[in-house]
Amino acid sequence: MSKKPVQFRLNGAERAVFVEGGQNLLDTIRRGLGDTSPKWGCGQGTCGACTVLIDGQPHLACLTLAEAVEGREISTNAGLGANGLHPLQQAFMDHFAAQCGFCTSGMLMAAKALLDRNPNPTRDEVIEAISGNICRCTGYEPIIDAILDAAKRRAA
Amino acid sequence: MPKDTGIGAAVPRTEDRRFTTGKGRYTDDFTVVGLHHAVFVRSPHAHARVTGIDKSAAEAAPGVVAVYDGKQLVGDGVGNLICGWAVSSKDGTPMKMGAWSALATDTVRYVGDAVAVVIAETKAQARDAAEMVEVEYEELPVVVDATDALKPGAPQIHPEAEGNLIYDWEIGDAAATDGAIANAAKVVEIELVNNRLAPNAMEPRAAMAVYDAGTDHLTLHTTSQNPHVARLVLSAFYQIAPEHKLRVIAPDVGGGFGSKIYIYPEEIVCLWAARKAGVPVKWTADRTEAFITDAHGRDHVSKAQLAFDSNNRITGLKVNTVANLGAYMSLFSSCVPTYLYATLLSGQYVIPNIYCDVKAVYTNTVPVDAYRGAGRPEACYLIERLMEKAAKELGVDPGELRRQNFITQFPYQTPVIMTYDIGDFSQTLDAARAAADVAGFAQRKAASEAKGRKRGLGYSCYIEACGIAPSAAVGSLGAGVGLWESAEVRVNPVGSIEVLTGSHSHGQGHETTFAQVVSDRFDLPMDNIKIVHGDTDSVQFGMGTYGSRSGAVGMSAIVKALDKVEAKVKKIAAHVLEASEADIVIEGGAVKVQGTDKQMAWHEVGLAAYTAHNLPEGMEPGLKEGAFYDPTNFTFPAGCYICEVEVDPDTGVVTVENFTAADDFGQVINPLIVEGQVHGGIAQGIGQAMLEHAVYDESGQPLSGSYMDYTMPRADDLPSFKVSTHETFCPGNPLGIKGCGEAGAIGSPPALVNAVLDALSGMGVKHLDMPLTPRRVWEAINAAN
Amino acid sequence: MYSFDYVKPSSLQDALDAISGGGQPLGGGQTLIPTLKQRLAMPEALVDLTGIAELKGVSMSGDKLSVGGATRHADVAASAEVKAKIPALAALAGQIGDPQVRNRGTIGGSIANNDPAACYPSAVLALGATVRTDKREIAADDYFQGLFTTALEEGEVVVGVDFPVPEKAAYQKFVQPASRFALTGVFVAKFAGGVRVAVTGASQDGVFRWSEAEAALSSNFSADAVPAAPVADGMIGDIHGTPEYRAHLVQVMTKRAVAAAG
Repeated sequence: MSKKPVQFRLNGAERAVFVEGGQNLLDTIRRGLGDTSPKWGCGQGTCGACTVLIDGQPHLACLTLAEAVEGREISTNAGLGANGLHPLQQAFMDHFAAQCGFCTSGMLMAAKALLDRNPNPTRDEVIEAISGNICRCTGYEPIIDAILDAAKRRAA
Repeated sequence: MPKDTGIGAAVPRTEDRRFTTGKGRYTDDFTVVGLHHAVFVRSPHAHARVTGIDKSAAEAAPGVVAVYDGKQLVGDGVGNLICGWAVSSKDGTPMKMGAWSALATDTVRYVGDAVAVVIAETKAQARDAAEMVEVEYEELPVVVDATDALKPGAPQIHPEAEGNLIYDWEIGDAAATDGAIANAAKVVEIELVNNRLAPNAMEPRAAMAVYDAGTDHLTLHTTSQNPHVARLVLSAFYQIAPEHKLRVIAPDVGGGFGSKIYIYPEEIVCLWAARKAGVPVKWTADRTEAFITDAHGRDHVSKAQLAFDSNNRITGLKVNTVANLGAYMSLFSSCVPTYLYATLLSGQYVIPNIYCDVKAVYTNTVPVDAYRGAGRPEACYLIERLMEKAAKELGVDPGELRRQNFITQFPYQTPVIMTYDIGDFSQTLDAARAAADVAGFAQRKAASEAKGRKRGLGYSCYIEACGIAPSAAVGSLGAGVGLWESAEVRVNPVGSIEVLTGSHSHGQGHETTFAQVVSDRFDLPMDNIKIVHGDTDSVQFGMGTYGSRSGAVGMSAIVKALDKVEAKVKKIAAHVLEASEADIVIEGGAVKVQGTDKQMAWHEVGLAAYTAHNLPEGMEPGLKEGAFYDPTNFTFPAGCYICEVEVDPDTGVVTVENFTAADDFGQVINPLIVEGQVHGGIAQGIGQAMLEHAVYDESGQPLSGSYMDYTMPRADDLPSFKVSTHETFCPGNPLGIKGCGEAGAIGSPPALVNAVLDALSGMGVKHLDMPLTPRRVWEAINAAN
Repeated sequence: MYSFDYVKPSSLQDALDAISGGGQPLGGGQTLIPTLKQRLAMPEALVDLTGIAELKGVSMSGDKLSVGGATRHADVAASAEVKAKIPALAALAGQIGDPQVRNRGTIGGSIANNDPAACYPSAVLALGATVRTDKREIAADDYFQGLFTTALEEGEVVVGVDFPVPEKAAYQKFVQPASRFALTGVFVAKFAGGVRVAVTGASQDGVFRWSEAEAALSSNFSADAVPAAPVADGMIGDIHGTPEYRAHLVQVMTKRAVAAAG
């Protein structure tokens, strides 16, 4: 199987990896680069656990071909708190927004994309922003509260 | 008085630092040098004879190191899967259990039944090769519906179970109950389906098996709620390796909800294959594989009669239930529709006579076992649908009819085994009614009517049995294991504390709540305390986490061990400080002689215990105590849920407008963690009531095998919940805990369905079965018109 | 997933060359990638169209609103131009899937696939749009030819879609609760010359025009004028809705679309 080189930035660091034809970005990040913060929840683009930011916008890493991100900037939850806890991470802790933790990284990245675009979202806008992310544990309310709270704190 | 990190405090979760920063470590996040990947060859047919397997092309495929089938597995002496609870039929005959091999040998019985496994260097190679395994099938007739499976001439699924009947079990007094019904002033009847669900923990199941030939030792990382039970069963029944040569690690686990209690074929095969092929083997389910192999939940069909006297007091309840157990008997499948179900049919009510008959049935579907609530949601759903229907038919307020029949004297012996120890059902009913503003409902209903919507309000007064379970009691009922828990509390020489627990956290936050109990006892900061769990090499033994047992049973074991540690600490301090043990108190990080200024810092006691330079005569060095706690009774969380819905009669769309929960969980250790459990449970209950359904077509093909067809509750499907707790302390365990993990999923479905039926009562709709999808609601409205 | 080559050309001509060499066009991949993962398709190469500037963006060309084939749903939803000219189209794009899907999925990919439950085909058909390909222009009425079937020939690429601007329009989507596709979606567009009503999600033949409703609404554009539900024959039946239910929803969603269009 021939492998091809791909170069992109992951959480600010230049990374170069060899990928197989058809390899998805999620496997590349998790297995090739050892960042296991994005999770493999369905592999079919339906649960949001693999959400990463590509040039600041939320994407499903499991449906993204690794070769398609050549030269782009990828952000995962592992890079979110590089300089201490990100306000969203802190708010998730304060609001008990994680239970099993499996959906949390994807949820945080969807939330970050929202707040970067819309620093002062309404509750409905928060709900819409995470509508592609499934959480089986929390019933979502603490997650929604955490995102709203993080927005408020960033504004303050 | 609660300390800021003690019992009752909303301490932030210790585990959240790693979860919110993406540093949680789940089974699929682990790897080892030389790791290989397993992919299973699964039956595309719901029922077929396997007449041949040609592995040659797959064996020759790139990267493949082995392709194994069921004959090799059986040939190597790997045992069939077991069911850990023996249930007998009413005629005394034992349950009729069919053989279940981890890889099918001659017959496949559901779509997804594993036939062979491919081990290859990469997952892609294993997938490629799995498609090259040629399996010849001779298709057999299929039955997926449990009532159909009992009909004469239905396809026979296991030779051991004639007519597909596993057992025909009963509980209660049939004659007395029939008498009550015959003499009743009013009999309310119902026939309902408790819909089949797929558990859908967000982390798919996974297993990574590593064999060390040098020490003849196997290590399994797996997605388990109970690693010690896994090791026990793998050793004792599947002959994988003796317990001392098998280590089972359940690291961070991404949700369980029951589905990760069981030891599935994949774990067995990975361990066996890792040794046989001589390479480390990992398997991670894909989501469709999860839908067709994780044990499903519920799937009951029931008929029931509830008898009332002329004063609207309940006199009897008769229930007939058919339970679909799927193609094989999963690990605890037998007890779910019997001892976890029918023993709760008394609900919160004085019911002098109860009789229940349960037929458990094989079908060509995924095995069915415990899923959040396990039997108790089915009991609650039945009795609470009946109560609401009774209130409608009797023309009385549904809340008041319940109150009139509430049990008020405790302990209360029901006619179906359980002895309720304590409760205050009026308290939670009143609290829920107030919070739900029941008084203002009529006004809200009028407002809805004005915009063409139907509004309804429904109650559910649930009770459940948690704190599973007194070992001797469950043993007498057929359980194959004891259901105690163990703990070890280790005070290190520097004073830090490690608590080793047999409970397992997969979202519940044990690392926080268990540490709070220690912090509370010794007045130490959370940072000094570590909870160790999930590894058979670290923790002595344990029965794991399910049935809302970790607080009531797991923490009780910790309390017992803490008692022993405290006693020894006091002895050491009394000796060193030359005081009486009775005068020693532990507070503020110190061990003090009450009323004096004599004291030792906490860590000095630890150091004294380990240096052993100055211990009381005859005392062993060290400061480490273990305990096993066996509960004396079940615990009985109870509460009242009120749901208010709006229905769009044009489309059948149901919107949950308000959802109110008032729960009695006994002592609450961390209110925000408890609230989270309630929220999550209600979300799953609303999911069952409105959205979720695992459906098969007549040929046994799953129709809801992905998130494109199985509706998971998403953020925009759920309302805000109003929740509150109202404690009556459980007298049966040292902390007074009842348990909170399943209540939400148990109590909420009937509240929602009752609310929708209330909304549509004016349109002539009298019955609905879950899930209340728009289509079903619209069809019911149409049929009624 | 079987191994395949991946190319991301920056010009349409390079893309067409790669496609004529056996490559399969790839839009956002939100349908194609899962299909490949399930090994239901095995192309030798994927030709990613999202790097081609001339296929992206929204502009007015004459009196038509022109949307490039590789324009993402999120871009259509957020476009000031689309919001100003055909707000119903922006609203439709903003209701497709979830934010992650909208950041990748493209209009060209959607209408080339022609999923019977996709949203876009209803807008293209109701607005009487023209599908521009590398070879020709195809009227919407000729373009959609049934379930997952279009007038596109092998290797033909959707370059853009040109939408006439209606007087008023609205899209009403009844979501399939699991997939968030349309269980039934109705796009109603009122032009000076009459009303067009296109329905997605309901029919076994894919998107279709509901001519009875068009006739009735052309003479009286009000929710009350919407005729009785169409016959259930030929409607999709699955676990989420029977043919009868979908037929009923066609009527209800049409009424709501007319009301929403104002």
